[in-house]
Amino acid sequence: MGYPHPPHPKETQVLSKYFGDAGARSYDGWVQRGGYQALRQALSMERQQIIDLVKESGLRGRGGAGFPAGLKWSFMPKERTKPHYLCCNADESEPGTFKDREIMRWTPHGLIEGCAIAAYAISAEVTYIYIRGEFTEPIAVMERALAEAYANGVLGNNAMGSGQRIDMYVHRGAGAYICGEETALMNSIEGRRGNPRIRPPFPAARGLFGMPTTINNVETLSSVPYIINNGAEWYKSLSLSNPKSAGTKLFSVSGQVAKPGNYEVVLGFPLKDLIYDLCGGMRDGRTLKACIPGGSSVPILNRAETEACLLDYEGCVAVGTMLGSGGVIVFDDSADMVYQIMRLAHFYAHESCAQCTQCREGTAWTTRILRRILAGQGQLEDLDLLLDLSHHMTGRTICPLCDSCAAPVVSGINKFRGEFEAYINGSQRVAVTAV
Amino acid sequence: MTATGQQEMVTLTIEGCEVTVPKGTTILEAAKRVGIVIPHYCYHPSLPIAGVCRMCLVEVEGAPNLQISCHTQVAAGQNVRVYSDKALKARESVLEFLLINHPLDCPICDQAGECELQNYVFREGRPRTRYTPTYSKRFDPVEDFGPDILYVPNRCILCTRCVRFMEHVADDDVISVAERGDRAFIGIHPERQLDHPWAGNVVDLCPVGSLLSKDFLHKARAWEVDRTASICTGCSQGCNIVLETRDNSVVRVHPRANLEVNRYFMCDHGRLNYRGFNRGDRLEAPLIKDGAAPVATDWDHALDRVARIVKGSSGTAVALVSPAVSTEALFLLRQLLADFTVKGAFQAEQVAGEAPLPGVPGLALRSERAPNATGARLLGFTTDYAAAVAALDGASVAIVLGELPSGVARETLERAAHLIYLGTVLEDAVRGAAVVLPITNTAEEDGSFVNRDHRVQRYFQAKSGPGMARPAWWVLSELLAELGRGESSSDAAQAFQLLAEREAAFSGMSYETVGYTGALAARPSAAEVSA
Repeated sequence: MGYPHPPHPKETQVLSKYFGDAGARSYDGWVQRGGYQALRQALSMERQQIIDLVKESGLRGRGGAGFPAGLKWSFMPKERTKPHYLCCNADESEPGTFKDREIMRWTPHGLIEGCAIAAYAISAEVTYIYIRGEFTEPIAVMERALAEAYANGVLGNNAMGSGQRIDMYVHRGAGAYICGEETALMNSIEGRRGNPRIRPPFPAARGLFGMPTTINNVETLSSVPYIINNGAEWYKSLSLSNPKSAGTKLFSVSGQVAKPGNYEVVLGFPLKDLIYDLCGGMRDGRTLKACIPGGSSVPILNRAETEACLLDYEGCVAVGTMLGSGGVIVFDDSADMVYQIMRLAHFYAHESCAQCTQCREGTAWTTRILRRILAGQGQLEDLDLLLDLSHHMTGRTICPLCDSCAAPVVSGINKFRGEFEAYINGSQRVAVTAV
Repeated sequence: MTATGQQEMVTLTIEGCEVTVPKGTTILEAAKRVGIVIPHYCYHPSLPIAGVCRMCLVEVEGAPNLQISCHTQVAAGQNVRVYSDKALKARESVLEFLLINHPLDCPICDQAGECELQNYVFREGRPRTRYTPTYSKRFDPVEDFGPDILYVPNRCILCTRCVRFMEHVADDDVISVAERGDRAFIGIHPERQLDHPWAGNVVDLCPVGSLLSKDFLHKARAWEVDRTASICTGCSQGCNIVLETRDNSVVRVHPRANLEVNRYFMCDHGRLNYRGFNRGDRLEAPLIKDGAAPVATDWDHALDRVARIVKGSSGTAVALVSPAVSTEALFLLRQLLADFTVKGAFQAEQVAGEAPLPGVPGLALRSERAPNATGARLLGFTTDYAAAVAALDGASVAIVLGELPSGVARETLERAAHLIYLGTVLEDAVRGAAVVLPITNTAEEDGSFVNRDHRVQRYFQAKSGPGMARPAWWVLSELLAELGRGESSSDAAQAFQLLAEREAAFSGMSYETVGYTGALAARPSAAEVSA
């Protein structure tokens, strides 16, 4: 990555090429760096051509689910009988993930370009960029960039002189994690409570304001101009392991590594190399204990699994976790896993939208049990109870928030059972006072 | 429905029973057809689907996860297991989750006995909770939501039926879910009340004892009351209701589902309109006026006296009827006065403006506040009350059937040669009547009303009448027999049979065909109306 560290030779910089380059933030600077060529070209293409190109490139959703982007676009009705909408999901709230923030801070015009291409491809005249409320700087940067894009005729009723209407608005979130879920995000834009909706109907049939809608992550949309410029073959060739996972991906590394930050590597890159090479290994000569590779919602890996993990959609599944949003959280041997898992569960209990019973009650109950274990009042049966609750919290609800709470609990108990038992039998006392 | 109007049908298997339902039906509704009610909380047939309680989970063979049956549509060849181990365990866990913050205060909760949480926990819940006593339950104080609604947040299971009713059916979204996670509760607009004319329905919709009626608070337990099908007397809409009685008093009124009239709802005016049924100042014996004061007597003497008056009179008869008496009584009164020139009229209370329920087309608290005005019109009574009152001058006999509107003076009534009163209470205006006959009210008799859409609807006896009071149809049919004009009717069904034989609008109808949901009477042609 380019900022604050110089790029590591093993990085492949596509999205992060201009991170730290303040000149790329302005319209003129972006154009000087080759910006908006892809949009100009896309506007001269057939919509279907663009969708096919993105399909062909193998670009998959970077927000967490990894759904093929071109396929998602192809679900939109071909005939535009009612307004279509594009939503850019910039609600980046997943603990451990901070890549979209950097994209918006340094290359706002790249995101606008990607959004405009996607909007054109799916016949949407209006795009909402839904930005997490706490992202004050990215919001300011994006709003400035949007004003510039309008002033220079990139957006508006006649986008780049194509006769195509492409309007774009920034919508600021109000601080709910769940609003990053695509249907909750649509409710939030509509001014409703940010609750996920039941599917079907899917957003491509009835989304924002009841109209066909596509929702894509910031990183997904920002990748699109590069695919237009360099072709599907080029993008597809960016793959180190499994051909189903193509392109580069930003990984936000946090935790007890020497050099945390955003790193862009080609999919299939070994997690081991990311931690030991790019991030300079563990801090203070400590050793690696555990890692959450895809944001807080995915199962925790122990050391052996971490060192065997290849960073792509399939590689993560092979070691029992998920690529998720690419928020890599690293724990060294000083980490208290029981406490860490309690903190995660507490987060989900706090953020549950309160619709589904399992989630509303289950996340809070899970947190209470973990707190009690930390307070030295746990019982061995509590571990079985936690596993049983987690079982009933998985795959039963409208959205996966509840599953996300269960995943670290189940993997944590299975992989670090000894630490839980130490609290229960009294050989371990809580090191952190803020329980 | 396809374009041709033909419904596409789908056949599936639910718990081993094959069932064929229209395409688009949900598994939950299809299961009802084979007699299985899949436990559910947030689902209600008249509300948009929320899919939030996750209680109605069933196993659909081939699907990786359990499905919520309230939202999952049937598919051909589907094999649904409601009682498989996996489904039962899932529902058991939902009940356990719901109970961790739900107080076990059933002994003092009004909902006990008709509580869906209680019922399903008995049916499918765990015998013991694993939520140890050292964890505290959520506590929030009781809130006053509106004129007749209390909110007990501790009992709330966040099914959001009330929120969806107010938002999508009543179109007055004063309540919503507030807060997140297990701190969530139903919040109300800080400057508003839950005072919509139809707001009381949220109490019925609430599956637990979280929304309570202040009127019914701690008045009776659900298992102590008797329930009787009836028709609301609040206005001419004719909402189907259930009268709940305890110790021969009506204690609560509930809507009774009728998809053609009121769906699952009734307005607050109708809901709180039951106290009249329990009046203590009722007429309990027939009265005959021989001197200055009326004297109590028995039915034989009273009927004999009336028969003699009717037989001895001729010319003009005035009939002032209440639009809240049964169609049978109105019909028999016409029969009784068949040999007279009859001036018959009724006066229904009119209130400016209606209070519609926007989510149900054709449903409103009507401005005409009488349950049987249409029945009275069909049987030839006019709304020209003034003309009928004027005709009292020189009338040979006047019969007042049911409650009189205020404003008719005693002296006016006594201008008729003979005044006969059939009523439930002795009002001042009718104290001069030659004969007073005590009749029962709607809660105390069988009968029928015709609502504003010409739907004939039956109501059933919910409690016994006071003293010697008898249904008006019985009194009038006995009089007809006394006069030698036919057999007396032994029950309301027989009186209705007679009506159906003689009145074209009711031709071919019977209590069987009217049933519990009503049947439409023929509408007179325009020519007949003007005549």
